Amino acid sequence: MAVAVEQRREQEARPAARRRVAAKGNFAVAMAVRDVDIDVAAIYPITPQVQIAEKITEYVANEELDAEVIHVESEHSAMSAVVAAAATGARVFTATASQGLEFMHEMLYIASGLRQPVVMALTTRALSAPINIWNDYSDAFGMRDTGWIMIFSENVQEAYDNVVQAYRIAEHPDVLLPVVVTLDGYILSHTVEPLEPLGREEALRFAPKRRYGYRPTLNPDMPMSFGVVGVPAWYHEIKYQQVRAMRESRRVIEETGREFGRRYGRSYGFIEEYMMDDAEVALVSLGATASLVKAAVNRLRKEGVKAGMVKIRVYRPFPAEELVKALENVEAVGTLNRAISYGGVVEDPLFMEVATALALRGIVKPMASFIHGMGGRDIFVRDIVAMYKKLMEHAKAGTSAKRTYFYGVKGHNPDDDQKM
Amino acid sequence: MTENQDVTRYLGKKYPTKWDEVPIAGIVPWPGNTEELKTHAWRTIKPVIDQEKCIRCRLCWVYCPDSAILEVDEEYVTSKGRRYKVSYKVDYDHCKGCGICAFECPVNAIQMVPEER
Repeated sequence: MAVAVEQRREQEARPAARRRVAAKGNFAVAMAVRDVDIDVAAIYPITPQVQIAEKITEYVANEELDAEVIHVESEHSAMSAVVAAAATGARVFTATASQGLEFMHEMLYIASGLRQPVVMALTTRALSAPINIWNDYSDAFGMRDTGWIMIFSENVQEAYDNVVQAYRIAEHPDVLLPVVVTLDGYILSHTVEPLEPLGREEALRFAPKRRYGYRPTLNPDMPMSFGVVGVPAWYHEIKYQQVRAMRESRRVIEETGREFGRRYGRSYGFIEEYMMDDAEVALVSLGATASLVKAAVNRLRKEGVKAGMVKIRVYRPFPAEELVKALENVEAVGTLNRAISYGGVVEDPLFMEVATALALRGIVKPMASFIHGMGGRDIFVRDIVAMYKKLMEHAKAGTSAKRTYFYGVKGHNPDDDQKM
Repeated sequence: MTENQDVTRYLGKKYPTKWDEVPIAGIVPWPGNTEELKTHAWRTIKPVIDQEKCIRCRLCWVYCPDSAILEVDEEYVTSKGRRYKVSYKVDYDHCKGCGICAFECPVNAIQMVPEER
């Protein structure tokens, strides 16, 4: 162990630009958490996030990280503990997935309602029943209205970079909102990819800890009550403050992503456009699924099809302006998601946002929503190519799909979705 | 980057009139201000203490869940000539009209009468 620590320290002493390690997503997140020097972590282990908790406790045991790790008995307690710790002024972290996120659901509103800059990693995973430990975005989309800033990662490097940026965003004096950074369960959490970590010095330079007491804190010298009753006379106003903070966060998220690029060469925006300059049909997707869509775009481009992709990186606050700007010139727009909103106008919650953003700006064009890959079902590039072809049919006919197309369902023809 | 890092920007006003004057997250940065919160608004009946009948046993003061019975240094002489050095009064700003005092009074010196406006 000691030798490994020595080697790692030696490796990380090298200049930032030259340092490159192999890391799975979970370890990348743990490294980011170590590099921003958190004060308190409270994590209840749940697949596929467990390794984040393991690695953080290892860092603390090896004295690579001076933090308090609270061993809690549930996710509900994990979120409660980090909210309270954040209220004392500490820099905090937790991580969860799937049922764990559901179990802490009521506390998610407490974190945002109390305006605590909690940062959480979510290794996205399907929800029970039936029990399933593999990747989809059901858990993430279930927390979309909890008042958290939500950032999706496409690869291991992004997971690391997003966690570092999350602290700078959450703790910004104009924001003070919790931030969740997602990484696809197994697809990113357990996949080893090249990673260029910033290292502690650089990470702390980018996301420095702020002076104690710059925001309201539980402080014996300046007593305050947190979490008191919000009576009908003032609850409405307090919620509106939250709305304004979320709107205000757009500027901070944008600045943070741009500054990150200026310093380290990897810029981040609300969305990422791929082959959109001359695209005629575009799919909107997020998370690691976006990588598959890029592969499909490459294949289609070889066939001469002008396909493009838009990846949503920041889902909350939703980047309506940026998205519309990217999509206004294409002939047809589709969305690909791994989450279901049962009984919705369409069953894809992402589509509803995209369609609303376009419609409110007077843009009407053929649209279609696609769902595939629930509960860790592999999505093949050929499946996405088929979606693009379906989208091109809609572009040609000038009609939208009234219902979500479910691809990859055994014994089901997606066209039948339009008949029911 | 010019940032306003002064904590007072979050603390709002004690008596706000607009949304942006409410302290962030509804926190209360003025400790010990519960007394200022008038909690009598939902009272429908109110206790009235008959100073003649009251024997100054202090039970109402003990039982009141809202500390709304006040022990005041006010001398009272009954019609029969009994002299008390203290009197018990009701803090009508905080009494919720629960009636516990009237229930506990051993000499029925407290009447609950309807609130009228």
